[in-house]
Amino acid sequence: MSPEFILPAVNFQCILPQILLSLTALLVLLVDVFGLVKKANALALITLAGVVFATLTLFSGTGLQETAFSGMILVDGFSFFLNLTICLILILTILVSMNYQQFFPGINSGEYYSLLIFAAVGMSFMAAAGNLILLFVALELMSVSIYVLVGFHKDNLRSIEAALKYFLMGAFATSFLLLGFAFLYGATGTMDLLTMTEFIRSNPEVLSSGLFLSGVLLTLTGLGFKISMVPFHMWTPDVYEGAPTVITGFMATGVKAAAFAALVRIFMVPLGSLPIDWSMLLWVAAVLTMTVGNIIALVQDSIKRMLAYSGIAHAGYLLIGVVAGGELAQAGILYYLLVYAFMNIGAFGVLALLGKKETEYNTLQEFSGLGLKYPVLGLAMAVFMFSLAGIPPTGGFMGKLYIFSAAIKSGYVWLVVLGALNSVISIYYYLRVIVVMYFQESGAEDVAFPAPSPAITLGLGLAAAGIMILGVFPSYFWVLAQNSVFVPM
Amino acid sequence: MFDLVWLIPTLPALGVLLNGLLGRKIEAANKSLVHWIACSAVGLSFFLTCLTFLELLQLPAELRLVEFTWFNWISAGEFQSYWAYQIDPLSMVMCLFVTGVGFLIHIYSIGYMGHAEGRYYRYFTYLNLFMFSMINLVLANNFLLMFLGWEGVGFCSYLLIGFWFGNIDNARAGKKAFITNRIGDFAFLVGLFLLITHLGKHGVWSVNFTEVFSHASALPPGIVTAVCLLFFIGCTAKSAQIPLYIWLPDAMAGPTPVSALIHAATMVTSGIYFVTRSNILYQMSPLALQVIAVVGALTALLAASIALTQNDIKRVLAYSTVSQLGYMFLGLGVGAFSAGIFHVVTHSFFKALLFLCAGSVMHGLANEQDMRFMGGMRKKMPVTYLTMLIGTLAIVGFPGLAGFFSKDEILWKTFASGHVLLWMIGVFTAGLTAFYMFRLIFMTFFNECRASREVQAKIHESPRTMTVPLIVLAALSAIGGYIGVPHALGGSNRIEHFLEPVMGTGPGKLIAGGEHLAQEAAHGAYHPSLAVEYLLMLLSVAIVLIGIGLAYTLYVKERERPVQLAERFSGLYRLMFNKWYVDELYGLIAVRPLHRASLFLWKGIDVLIIDGVVNGLARIFGWSGTWLRTVQTGYVQAYAVSLLLGVAGLMLYTLFVLVP
Amino acid sequence: MIEHQSLFLALAVTLFFIGAAGAVVRRNAIIVFMCIEIMLGGVNLAFLTFTRTTQNLDGAFMVMCIMAVAAVEAAVGLAIFFLLYRKTGSIDLEKFNLLKW
Repeated sequence: MSPEFILPAVNFQCILPQILLSLTALLVLLVDVFGLVKKANALALITLAGVVFATLTLFSGTGLQETAFSGMILVDGFSFFLNLTICLILILTILVSMNYQQFFPGINSGEYYSLLIFAAVGMSFMAAAGNLILLFVALELMSVSIYVLVGFHKDNLRSIEAALKYFLMGAFATSFLLLGFAFLYGATGTMDLLTMTEFIRSNPEVLSSGLFLSGVLLTLTGLGFKISMVPFHMWTPDVYEGAPTVITGFMATGVKAAAFAALVRIFMVPLGSLPIDWSMLLWVAAVLTMTVGNIIALVQDSIKRMLAYSGIAHAGYLLIGVVAGGELAQAGILYYLLVYAFMNIGAFGVLALLGKKETEYNTLQEFSGLGLKYPVLGLAMAVFMFSLAGIPPTGGFMGKLYIFSAAIKSGYVWLVVLGALNSVISIYYYLRVIVVMYFQESGAEDVAFPAPSPAITLGLGLAAAGIMILGVFPSYFWVLAQNSVFVPM
Repeated sequence: MFDLVWLIPTLPALGVLLNGLLGRKIEAANKSLVHWIACSAVGLSFFLTCLTFLELLQLPAELRLVEFTWFNWISAGEFQSYWAYQIDPLSMVMCLFVTGVGFLIHIYSIGYMGHAEGRYYRYFTYLNLFMFSMINLVLANNFLLMFLGWEGVGFCSYLLIGFWFGNIDNARAGKKAFITNRIGDFAFLVGLFLLITHLGKHGVWSVNFTEVFSHASALPPGIVTAVCLLFFIGCTAKSAQIPLYIWLPDAMAGPTPVSALIHAATMVTSGIYFVTRSNILYQMSPLALQVIAVVGALTALLAASIALTQNDIKRVLAYSTVSQLGYMFLGLGVGAFSAGIFHVVTHSFFKALLFLCAGSVMHGLANEQDMRFMGGMRKKMPVTYLTMLIGTLAIVGFPGLAGFFSKDEILWKTFASGHVLLWMIGVFTAGLTAFYMFRLIFMTFFNECRASREVQAKIHESPRTMTVPLIVLAALSAIGGYIGVPHALGGSNRIEHFLEPVMGTGPGKLIAGGEHLAQEAAHGAYHPSLAVEYLLMLLSVAIVLIGIGLAYTLYVKERERPVQLAERFSGLYRLMFNKWYVDELYGLIAVRPLHRASLFLWKGIDVLIIDGVVNGLARIFGWSGTWLRTVQTGYVQAYAVSLLLGVAGLMLYTLFVLVP
Repeated sequence: MIEHQSLFLALAVTLFFIGAAGAVVRRNAIIVFMCIEIMLGGVNLAFLTFTRTTQNLDGAFMVMCIMAVAAVEAAVGLAIFFLLYRKTGSIDLEKFNLLKW
């Protein structure tokens, strides 16, 4: 009797946005190679159109709750929310990039836009991954694209150095992640997240086996590297500073969103039943991450580097949500990631707008008097800074509120106290930017920069509007985030 | 139509966005576009309100409560608050005159603010923002959204009082208004929190009016009284009652149309609106109602007495506003909520008219505000004179005009509910009102002109954009009272019936036991006969006529007499002229001790101790930052070592803590 | 059986940490990268070991993926090293600390 041929479970509908994104990337590459379009912003506009279209198709998948490709892909509210966030990040980054090319013409190329998209595809597969294999491949797709993007400024030694550091450290950390995956696989006999959850439920003794625990910790190392958790954070400031500014905004938000998605999928759900000592570990990591990020950010002169350190601190706030556990905290993390996308890309977008051809335009002194000279730009920057500092009525405040209140509900009062103290520290360096912008006379050297293009105006406007909407009318997105938490079937 | 109610506040908001963000460019390009945007936004709002109102009228009385939920605004745990509007008789009455009068004043502003080069767009932006907030205030279906509007109108009032901020006095007046209102808002918020927490104990996590009121009977009486009184403190600030009325006269620093719109017709009546909206709570607390009635009556008297001696035309009107607001609170306090709202409506017509007329006079007289330098304007500004005369007759309660019906309704209800002393104060104040209002008319429009020669040469009637609103408002002041002709005069008091569903005791019965309360109220009061009602009416008309006659004698016929009188009763005169020294008293008992205490807290506690600690901590953080950043050497392999150390730490933790 | 598994695992982990030590100690970027490849070799061995004990092919499939990705990384890495060499004439990691503090 010949074995029956069973059709594999293929459902392209479930990955339609990712397919569209990849097609757009290929199209842009081809258009550039064959020189089909000559106009200046054509590539960016094609990319933008493709991405917006893919974002719209996302909505056709609202409310879906299924697995596809033999459990490789989980299509659920969680992946929907994160895909939405990632697409927004991508759109904002493209809008901001369209201005950046004024100082950095190399950016206006097919490779640039297709790499951006491929990185985003990697991120969105990370958010949808139901299997460690896919998680790894997606993570590498994202990382490799970003290695190249970080070094895209290939005449600038800082950019290359940043790429070198990110590449070596990234490869190094990925090995740890893989060893962790190997141990998890060895302990549970599967790479599939849902099967693994089942296995742990029916064999709780595995939770205390050495093999399994080391697997968990090594995985935490690998993902902790991506979200710049202390002590795996050392690469962050250097890479963020050296990378082209728009890429910094992209990776700070996108990579963080994707890595936190993986963290939530792996840690908050299958391992949700780990003993209490375990969350102690993350507790310490969260506190260290917030504190180190904030304290070093205090003494930075360069705004770009300051924002890099502040990115570490924000990872710490998000880790509070991971420590807290539970659906409320998950929703809080999702909400915060969305707000973070708006405020961080916004802030880096302003920096990108002020970029100069050779050196990035970034010491604090160079910002003096900016708010008075360019009131609208100053206002936008002030909104981003207030939101990053977590001051109402901005989205940053609501995000922190949701995460902190979830942590309090789970009983981590001290963690929240430390988090709040850290926010207080951070207010100092965020508001310093505003103080310099509004209350200091601009220096003798009159710094003029090219008029902002409509694209960046749109990008910054979207970001600021997003922050204010998330801050003043939080309900819609909060309910959406609450409906998007990952609950394994 | 009900589905479009969200457009009513949104249109002015669009105006704010357009003029606020692009105003400078629009004004530079084409100045008239600025006012076209602003006026058409408000005009359309008014139009939509009318349509909504007409549709509401189609419904039977007991179904006249339509809620429109726009979106979920804030959700925190069990607590939910929506951005939602409520269409019912009360909100529609308020919204109609807010948008209607607002629209007329927008148009008037075109002429009046025509000279404000470079700030024109800003003025209209603020005005539209005010409309947006005010509409939210009256249409909101919950306390929170209403409070948003409440704060919004306060903020706009601050912006507009200090509109000519080049003069420090104007900026100070704005500050005074803002701070006084903050005191009231604080009490208001405490009341709101009290209400929310106590309702929460009964499982009602909502601030929706209907839900709160239908569960109000579950609250202990002490709490209800406390909530009502705290809310009322908020209202005394917003609606300028004792003890927080002091900001309103100073608020006249703003442009005159602003005084007309915000500080006479609409914003200051929001306290009355709020108490009426919450009448179910207030009816549960007789003590709170008593307080409101007494405060209202005293405010009416005090403000009228100050108005007798003021020489600034806008100040007279400001004190008159305070006094009229006192009447409205008196009405609310004796349980005549619909009479209060009726007076709000008629007052908005004639007070807006009076202010706009005053503005027109000032416009013609090179911004002169002192009545001692006016006079004889009757012939030079005939339209202004006639319309202002109608407004004055309306406010003093001349039979047949708007104020007569509404004021008499309040006085009658006061008398009928047994508050004879308060009624006497009310009637006496009516006499004072007649006196000072006609004093204003005579000083401004009669006799010879006392302005300087150069100014006299330029006196002119105001442009069409200004006089048309005056005429419309004058017509409304004349006929506006006929929506509430009392039974005694053969009318059917239509507005009272219309508003009945909103009242806790009406047919819509929002509270359990509402009938019981109504019966109790009916039982407590005695019912004087129709003859008494006629008699009282005649009495108040007589007193008004005496007031007018006195003013005529003193300010037209024997003009030396006022000075003599002032000398004879110099003590009383000085007291009244200096506004009973209330500002100084507050300075002595509140502002100065506070100032001293804060100086101590600042220099002693804050600078020395707190700043010391904070700066010390900041320095510690700074040092640790400087030290920690040196760990970041820039060598890739140092980073790799840190990662390895981290892994080693995790592994050790696993081996020694997690595994055993 | 279990003893054999631990032997294989011990070898895998040893390989991994030899690689890690090399990556930290050596100065030449290419050698550092090769050390990372050794780490990946250790990981691959671990996966294959577990594939034999768990009796499913997930591990083996993962090894294929790792090898493919490693090739991609090598390509990108070499490009970066090449760029750096062209710019500065050296790929000594000690020399690159423009970005610090």
